[in-house]
Amino acid sequence: MIKISGIYKSFGNTPVLKNISAEFQPGKTNLIIGKSGAGKTVLLKLLVGLIAPNEGQIFYNKVDFLQLKKKDLRTLRMKVGMLFQGSALFDSLTVEENIRFPLDMFTDLTKKEKSDRVNTCLNRVSLDGINAKFPSELSGGMQKRVGIARAIVLNPSYLFCDEPNSGLDPKTSLVIDELIKDITIENNMTTIINTHDMNSVMEVGDNVILLHEGEICWQGNKDEIMSSDNEILHDFIFASPFLQRLRNAAVSNGFHI
Amino acid sequence: MVIAKLLDHLGKYLILMGNAFSKPEKTSMYYREVIRQMHDIGVGSLIIVFIISLFIGAVTAIQFAYQLDGTLVPDYYIGYVVRDMTIIELAPTITCLVLAGKVGSNMASEIGGMRQKEHIDAMEIMGVNTAAYLIMPKVLAAVIIIPILVAIAAFVSIGGGFIASVPTGLLSGQEFVMGLRSFFMPYNVFMMFVKSLVFAFLLTSISCYQGYNVKGGSIELGKASTNAVVISDIMILLADYLIAVVLI
Ligand SMILES: Nc1ncnc2c1ncn2[C@@H]1O[C@H](COP(=O)(O)OP(=O)(O)OP(=O)(O)O)[C@@H](O)[C@H]1O
Ligand SMILES: [Mg+2]
Repeated sequence: MIKISGIYKSFGNTPVLKNISAEFQPGKTNLIIGKSGAGKTVLLKLLVGLIAPNEGQIFYNKVDFLQLKKKDLRTLRMKVGMLFQGSALFDSLTVEENIRFPLDMFTDLTKKEKSDRVNTCLNRVSLDGINAKFPSELSGGMQKRVGIARAIVLNPSYLFCDEPNSGLDPKTSLVIDELIKDITIENNMTTIINTHDMNSVMEVGDNVILLHEGEICWQGNKDEIMSSDNEILHDFIFASPFLQRLRNAAVSNGFHI
Repeated sequence: MVIAKLLDHLGKYLILMGNAFSKPEKTSMYYREVIRQMHDIGVGSLIIVFIISLFIGAVTAIQFAYQLDGTLVPDYYIGYVVRDMTIIELAPTITCLVLAGKVGSNMASEIGGMRQKEHIDAMEIMGVNTAAYLIMPKVLAAVIIIPILVAIAAFVSIGGGFIASVPTGLLSGQEFVMGLRSFFMPYNVFMMFVKSLVFAFLLTSISCYQGYNVKGGSIELGKASTNAVVISDIMILLADYLIAVVLI
């Protein structure tokens, strides 16, 4: 479980996050949604300690994350997997070496065990057989999936994904969402995903947080989204004119969405 | 203002070095990196070091011969002067100044690129001590391999002095060798190795520091790479002076 309270972050004089408090439960897919520039990436980086907040507290299972000593922080991070918005694959290593990197660094597995583990992870993201390719030879969506494979290779207890399905077609995107949901339940992971993809929200959103102008303006699960009358939430969901028309048509025919 | 900035950099540099020299997560991964770096630095720099040393030795011999002309100093001094100039000063200093340009800028842009592409962040999230993993093997490899390069440079320089002076008739081969064998002080060789160790440490650690702290985009990366060379060069010359004061 991860709990944050009273998080405040500004860059210079521009506040990006204001008084953010939330709780993220294990075994659930927690989503952070919001417009581009709302502060999703900043919040995620805060949670993993890449950015320090100006104020506020972060707890990992009662452990005060911001007070951790460097060494304990590293031990904790071995249980953290993260997919970066830009994938951040090591571009001079092959796909296999990328995914194997955490195994090489932290485990004493044999060569065979490592390569089995790599293949299992590649299989989970439906990318069998691309072991010898370099990241530059992959499409953006494939890089994302390799990034996920690398993030889950050590069976983390905490998984952070920054826009896992941007740049993916709706079908692959769905596969990725299901995958993340499945491993979250299997390993009882605390998973936090940044997204602005409404399909994922409605598919896997156990706990959805809407960030707007640096504040949490709505929180609930996917089933509560439609019944909510939060203006900003509705603006966000029905940003597409097509959906708006669909909703208006439905409402004028007496349906409630 | 400038002083405060310098002190700020010095403090950050020392902290980074403190982090860089802590216990490795996995010795085998670090070992592999050290070997790779030794190969890159050593083999990669052999040709340039060879060419430069050859000419430095040749020029030293010819210049000194020119100055001896018409004096009572015996010709075999040419061999002696080439040997000592090379060992005490030219081989370690010139080699390391050149390596700062070649190896240092390379390291700064390699690490800086990793910083900008979030590779360092990605490693940190995995739990890797990136300061140690990215810097320690490079510095270790350099302090092992650069003294060897400097020793090679010294030999090649002396060879260069020989080629430039003996076939051209400035002095005979026997005289040159006699010069090489006169007034030899093993202490000078010790000094050469001390210098090359210190210079190797300076140029790699400063370059890694520059790369590790890159922010922004490609312009900043270029600047970091230039700074790595310029600051390493200045520090090498400063250290050269200090070592000369302390050890002589
Ligand atoms: N290092 C930084 N320095 C200054 N400002 C920053 C920095 N990082 C982010 N910001 C600012 O913080 C705000 C939020 O950025 P963030 O990257 O979190 O957006 P986001 O919600 O992830 O958007 P997107 O969906 O486009 O990825 C932006 O206005 C951005 O300008
Ligand atoms: Mg973002």
